Amino acid sequence: MPWRVLEPLRRSPALAVGLAMVAAWLVTAAAAPWLAPSGPTVSDYGALSQAPSAAHWFGTDEYGRDVLSRVLFGGRYVLLIAPAATLIGLVLGAAIGMSAAYFGRWVDEVIMRLLDAVMAFPIVILALLALTMLGGSTGNVVLVIGLVFAPLIARTARAAALVEVRREYVQAARIRREGPLYVLAVEVLPNIRGPLVVEGTIRLGYAVFTSATLGFLGLGVQPPAPDWGLMVAENRALLTSAPWTVLFPAGAIAFVVVGFSLMADGLRDLEGR
Amino acid sequence: MTRFVLRRLLLLGVTLLVASVLIFLMTSVMPGNVGRIVLGPFASDASVAELNRQLGLDQPAALRYLQWLGGVLTGDWGRSLTLDTDVLPLALARLGRSLLLAGYALVLLVPVAIAAGVAAGRRPGGWFDRLASVVGLTFGAMPEFVTGVFLIVGLGVGLGWLPVQALPDEGAGLVTWLRHLLMPALSLVLLLFAYLFRMVRTGMRSELAADYTRTAVLKGLPRRRVIRHHVLRNALLPTITVIGAQLGWLVGGLVVVETLFRYPGIGSLMEYAASNKDVPLLAGCALLITGVFGLANLAADVVYAWLNPRVRHALAGA
Amino acid sequence: MSAPVLAFDGLSIAYRRRGRWHEAVSDVDLAIAPGEAYGLVGESGCGKSTLAMAAMGYLPDNARVSAGGIRIAGEDLAALDAEGLRRLRGGTVAAVYQSPGTALNPALTVGEQIAEVYRLHRGFGHRAAWDAAAAMLERVQIPDGHRVRNNYPYQLSGGMQQRVVIAMGLAGDPDLLVLDEPTTALDTTVQAEILALFEGLRAELDVALLFISHNLGVVQAVCDRVGVMYAGELVEEGPAETLFHDPRHPYTAGLIACIPDFDAAGRPLRPIPGAPPEPGERPAGCVFAPRCPVARDDCRGTRPPLAATGPGRASRCLYPDDTPAVDRGAGAATGTHAGGGTGDAVLRAEGLHLTLGGVPILRDVDVTLRRGETLALVGESGSGKTSLARVLTGLARPRAGTVSRSGRGGAAVQPLQMVFQSPDGTLNPSHRIGFILARAIRRLAGLGRRAARERVPGLMRAAALDPALARRRGGQLSGGQRQRVAIARAFAGTPDAVVLDEPTSALDVSVQAAILELLRGLRDRQGVAYLFITHDLAVVRHLADRVAVMYLGVIVEEGPADAVLGGPCHPYTEALIAAVPRGRRRPSRPRLTGTNPGPAARPAGCPFHTRCPHVMDICRTEAPPRREPHAGHGVHCHLEIPALPRPAG
Ligand SMILES: Nc1ncnc2c1ncn2[C@@H]1O[C@H](COP(=O)(O)OP(=O)(O)OP(=O)(O)O)[C@@H](O)[C@H]1O
Ligand code: SF4
Ligand code: SF4
Ligand SMILES: [Mg+2]
Repeated sequence: MPWRVLEPLRRSPALAVGLAMVAAWLVTAAAAPWLAPSGPTVSDYGALSQAPSAAHWFGTDEYGRDVLSRVLFGGRYVLLIAPAATLIGLVLGAAIGMSAAYFGRWVDEVIMRLLDAVMAFPIVILALLALTMLGGSTGNVVLVIGLVFAPLIARTARAAALVEVRREYVQAARIRREGPLYVLAVEVLPNIRGPLVVEGTIRLGYAVFTSATLGFLGLGVQPPAPDWGLMVAENRALLTSAPWTVLFPAGAIAFVVVGFSLMADGLRDLEGR
Repeated sequence: MTRFVLRRLLLLGVTLLVASVLIFLMTSVMPGNVGRIVLGPFASDASVAELNRQLGLDQPAALRYLQWLGGVLTGDWGRSLTLDTDVLPLALARLGRSLLLAGYALVLLVPVAIAAGVAAGRRPGGWFDRLASVVGLTFGAMPEFVTGVFLIVGLGVGLGWLPVQALPDEGAGLVTWLRHLLMPALSLVLLLFAYLFRMVRTGMRSELAADYTRTAVLKGLPRRRVIRHHVLRNALLPTITVIGAQLGWLVGGLVVVETLFRYPGIGSLMEYAASNKDVPLLAGCALLITGVFGLANLAADVVYAWLNPRVRHALAGA
Repeated sequence: MSAPVLAFDGLSIAYRRRGRWHEAVSDVDLAIAPGEAYGLVGESGCGKSTLAMAAMGYLPDNARVSAGGIRIAGEDLAALDAEGLRRLRGGTVAAVYQSPGTALNPALTVGEQIAEVYRLHRGFGHRAAWDAAAAMLERVQIPDGHRVRNNYPYQLSGGMQQRVVIAMGLAGDPDLLVLDEPTTALDTTVQAEILALFEGLRAELDVALLFISHNLGVVQAVCDRVGVMYAGELVEEGPAETLFHDPRHPYTAGLIACIPDFDAAGRPLRPIPGAPPEPGERPAGCVFAPRCPVARDDCRGTRPPLAATGPGRASRCLYPDDTPAVDRGAGAATGTHAGGGTGDAVLRAEGLHLTLGGVPILRDVDVTLRRGETLALVGESGSGKTSLARVLTGLARPRAGTVSRSGRGGAAVQPLQMVFQSPDGTLNPSHRIGFILARAIRRLAGLGRRAARERVPGLMRAAALDPALARRRGGQLSGGQRQRVAIARAFAGTPDAVVLDEPTSALDVSVQAAILELLRGLRDRQGVAYLFITHDLAVVRHLADRVAVMYLGVIVEEGPADAVLGGPCHPYTEALIAAVPRGRRRPSRPRLTGTNPGPAARPAGCPFHTRCPHVMDICRTEAPPRREPHAGHGVHCHLEIPALPRPAG
C-alpha cells in the first residue's frame, strides 16, 4: 500500500520536488514561533540595517528587526490565505461551471457572458478595485482572491463537465429521471476530479502569487505585519543599500510559488496520461 | 468579415457595459461609505456628508450610474480627488507610456516564446525541452515584482549593466529609452513566457501526432517540409488567441512593474489612486484598462478568424 | 511469376508495453504480386494495422521487427536509409487510412496536397503539378476537379475526402496502395461508390492493393486473394472466390457463421465462444485451440504450420477437413419472430419536429411501436436517427409534436430505456458495475437499496455476464462486456421498449453476434419492443419485424420488413439495398447521384430529389404523397406503385 501512494512521485520528479518545497514551507511556517530567533516585530535598535551575519542570518532591516524571523512568520499569512481562497474559488467555480454545462442553452449563455465580463478585468485590477473599497484585511484578501478565481475555475470545470455531460452514461441517468443534483454530484463530479485537482494546485500557487502582489501594492495586511509582499514594498528603497531586506522575502515568495508550480506541472503530466 | 467584426464589437460593447456596472458597483455602491473611505476615520461626520453630497452620492444608485455612464460616453470621466485635474486626459497620457512598455515586452516575448515552443515540441523530453520547461515553470509562477527584484539586484546593482530607473531623463534617445525599459519589460516577459511557450509546445506535439502529419510523412516528404509546410501553420494558429488573452496578464503586471520601477504609466497611476483612495481616478483607470484589454482580445480574434481558412470561408459566406 | 511488390518473410513484430515485449504479429508469410488485390481480414487487435504500418516502414517507436523481414519491390526495408525510405513512400507504396477527415491537412487546399506529391516524386513544376492535381481529382471521379482543388478539406463530404486521399496516394504512381479500413468510416452508399471506384482504377492502373477490412463482404467485393488473421497469425489464405464458401480453417468458418447475411435471413448467428487471447498470453499450440469447436488433444501441443490445402490455398490447421461447412440458411425466409407487433402501442409519436441550432433535424415524424415488436430505423448518418431516439426517450424536447409512452408499470417507472452506440462512454468510469446496476434497479424497478443489491447478480446473469465482474469498473471490461452491462442496465426494470442505437456497430463481428443473440433472447423472453437503429441491412433482415427508412429528418418509407426489403420500395431504400456489399455481386445500378446535402440544405419538394435516379419535374416542387403497395407499408414517392423500384435480389 505505501508503495502505491509513492508511485506518482517516482513517475514525476517535478511533483516530488514541488511537494518537498511546499512541505518545507508548511513546516517552517507552522513552526515559526519555535524556529525564529525573535518575534517578527521586535526591534533591536543596536543592530539597524545589518548585513547577514551569524547573529542575524538574513540580516536586519532599518528598524533593526530580524529579517529571518519576519520571513518565517510571514509564511503564516500565506499559509492561511492561499488554501482558504482557493477553496472558495474551487467550490464556487465548480458549482457555476458544472451548472452551466449541465443546463446548457440560455443558462450557459448568461453565465458565460457574466463570467466573460468579470474576466474582462485583469485579475490584479479587479482585486485592487475591490480591496481599495473594502479595506485590506486577511479576511477580505481571502474573499477577494477566492471570488476573482471563481470564474477561471468555472471555465475549467465547465469545459471538463461539458465532455462528461454529453457522455452516454449521463444520458442514461437522465433517461431514468435522475435529478440534476444527482447527475452532477454522482455522475459528473467524480470524472472531472482530475482537472479540478490540477486547477486547484495551479490556483494555490497563484493565490500565493496574488496575495503577495496585493501585499506589495499595500492592499493586503497592513504594516507592521511581516507579510512577504509588504516587506518587499516597504524596503524597496533599500534595494541598493540593504538588498537583503528585499531579497529574502522575495526569495521566500519565489520558493513557495515555484514549489506549487512544479507540483501542478507534475500532476498535469500524470493526469495527461 | 465586416459583419463579423461588427458583431464582435457589439459583443465587446456588451461586455464593457457589464464591466462598467461592476466597476460602478465596486467603487460607489459597495458597503462602506465613499466619503469615509476617502477622508479616513478621523474626519467629522459633517465633512463626510458634504463630500458625499459633492460626489452626488446622496442620489439613488441607478441615477448615479446613468449619470456616470453618460459622462464616460461624452468624455467627461470626472475629476481626480487628489490631483487637480480631469481623469481622462491624465489617464490617456499615462496609457501611452504603458503601451510603449507593453509593446516592448510583447516584441521581446512573442518570437522567443514561439521559437522555444517549436524547438521544444519537436523533441519532447530532449535537453532543450527540459531546460525551457524549467525556466518557464520557475519564472511563470513568480510575481513580477519578485522577478524584478532579482533583476535589479543581479543586472542593475550587482553587475551594473542596466539602469535601475525605468524613466530616462528628458530628451533621451531611443537606445537610452530601450535600455532603461529593458528590466521592466523583462520582468513582464519572464512571467508570460511560460504560458505562451507551453501552448506552442503543446500545439506542436498534438499536431505532430495528428493523422495528417502521418499522411505527410507517408507521402515521402522530407521532415523539414513536413514541419514547415504542414505542422507549423496548424500548431501556431491557436497561439494568436493565447497572445490576446495574455494581454490581460500584461496589463495587470503593469500595475506591479510600474510601481516597482517607478515608471509613470497607467499602472502606477492606478496604484497611486488606490493608495490615495482617489475613487474617480481609480474607476477611470480600471475602465480604460478594461477597454484596451477588450480591444486587444478582439484584434486577436479577428486575426485568428482571418488566418483560419475554415472560419474565413464561413464568414465570407455569411 | 514476377517479383512481388510486397513480401513479408516470416515476419514477427513485437510491441513494448510496460517494459515487456509482446508479439503482436507472428511469423507471417505473405506475398502480393504486381497488380494483385490482396485482402486481409480479421477481428480487432489481430495485427492487421501493424502489418499495414510495417509495409510502409512506419512502425511506432515502441515496436520492433523481432524476426523475418519486409521486401518492397525486391528491396529489403531494413537495409534502407532514411532517404531511401522516403523515396519509397509515396513513390512506390502509398497509404490510405480509415478517417479521411483527419488524414488531410485542414490548413491546405486539397489541390496543394496532391500537387505536392507530383512535385516531390515525379519532378513536376508548380504549374504542371497543379494541373495534374485537377486531372487526378477527376480520375477518382470528382467532377469539376479544377474547382475542387481550391477547396479546403472541411468543405468536402467524407466520401469526397476519401477520394482526395486516394488521389493523393495515386499521384506518386505507386506500385502498391495500402488501404487500412478505407471505407469503415463511410456510409454504405458512399462505401459502395468508393468500392466501385477501386474496381475502375484497378482496370485502368496497374496498381496492387493491400486491402485491410474487418468486413468480409467488402473484401470479397474488391480482392483477388484473401488472408485471414487471428491473434497475430495468418491462419488461412486463398482466392476470394472460394475461401468464404469453403473455408479450410475453423476460425474462418466461425467468422462467417457470426455475420448476419442479407441473403440468408433465417440463419441463426453462431457466436464463437470465448475471446481472442491478448498478445503475450497466446497459447503454445494452435492459437485458436481454446475456442475451436473441432480441436483435438494434439492441437494444444504443436503449432500448426501454414500448409497447402489446395491450389493457391493454405491453412494453419492440423485438421482442415474437419472445418464446419458454411450454413447457407436455406429454408427460413425472415427473422420475424412469433407474436411480434400484434399488441397495442407502447410508444406513439406524432408530428415530431426538432430544430437544433436553427437547423431543422426532424420534420413531421410519426412513429408507432407496438408491444413486443422490433422496429428497425435505417438511413445514412445525419438522417436524424439518433435525434429521433433522443426525442423519444425525452433527452431532447421537440419543437412540435407529441410522444406518448404507455407503460405497464404506471407513471413512476420509465417504460422506455436506451442502449447506446459507443461502449466507451456508456459506463461511468468512476463507478463499479455493481453500483451502476444497483442504482438502475432502484430507479427503474423501484426497489430499496438492499433489495436492489441482491438483484444485481441475477440481472448480470440474464445478460450472460459473470456476476464476479460486479466489482470491476467499466475501464476493466472489454467492449462487448461493457455493452452487455449497458443492456443489463436498460433491463433493470421491466421496460416495455428499449431504444438500441447502433448497439453493435463498434464491436467485432463475433462479439456482435453474441450481443444480437442476447438481444433476441431477451426480447423473446420478456416481450419487450425494440426500436433498433442501425445502418446494417443484414442485421435488419435478421432481427426486425418492421422497418422505417429515414432521409434528412423525414421517414420516407415504413412497413413490414419483408415488404420493404423485398419491394416495391422507395428509390432511396433501393439505393441502400444496392449498396450492401454482397460478395462478388457487382454493386447494382442505379447508383445515387451527388452527395447528401445535409439537413441544413434539405431540398424542397421531395427531399431526395437531388439524388434520385427516378426524379421527375413534380418531385422538385411538391411533397410526395403516401403510396401503399401493401397493407401497412407506406412509401412517400411521386412514382405510381407499379413504377416503384424493386431491389435486385
Ligand atoms: N503502439 C502500440 N503499442 C503497443 N501495443 C500496440 C500498439 N499498436 C497495436 N498494439 C497491439 O498490437 C496488437 C495488434 O494491433 P493492430 O492495431 O495491428 O490490430 P488490428 O488488427 O489493426 O485491429 P483493428 O481491427 O482494431 O484495427 C493489439 O493487441 C494491439 O493492442
Ligand atoms: S489446429 Fe486444431 S485447434 Fe487449431 S484450428 Fe485446427 S482443429 Fe482447431
Ligand atoms: S418523389 Fe420523385 S425524387 Fe422523390 S423519391 Fe420519388 S421519384 Fe425520387
Ligand atoms: Mg487496425
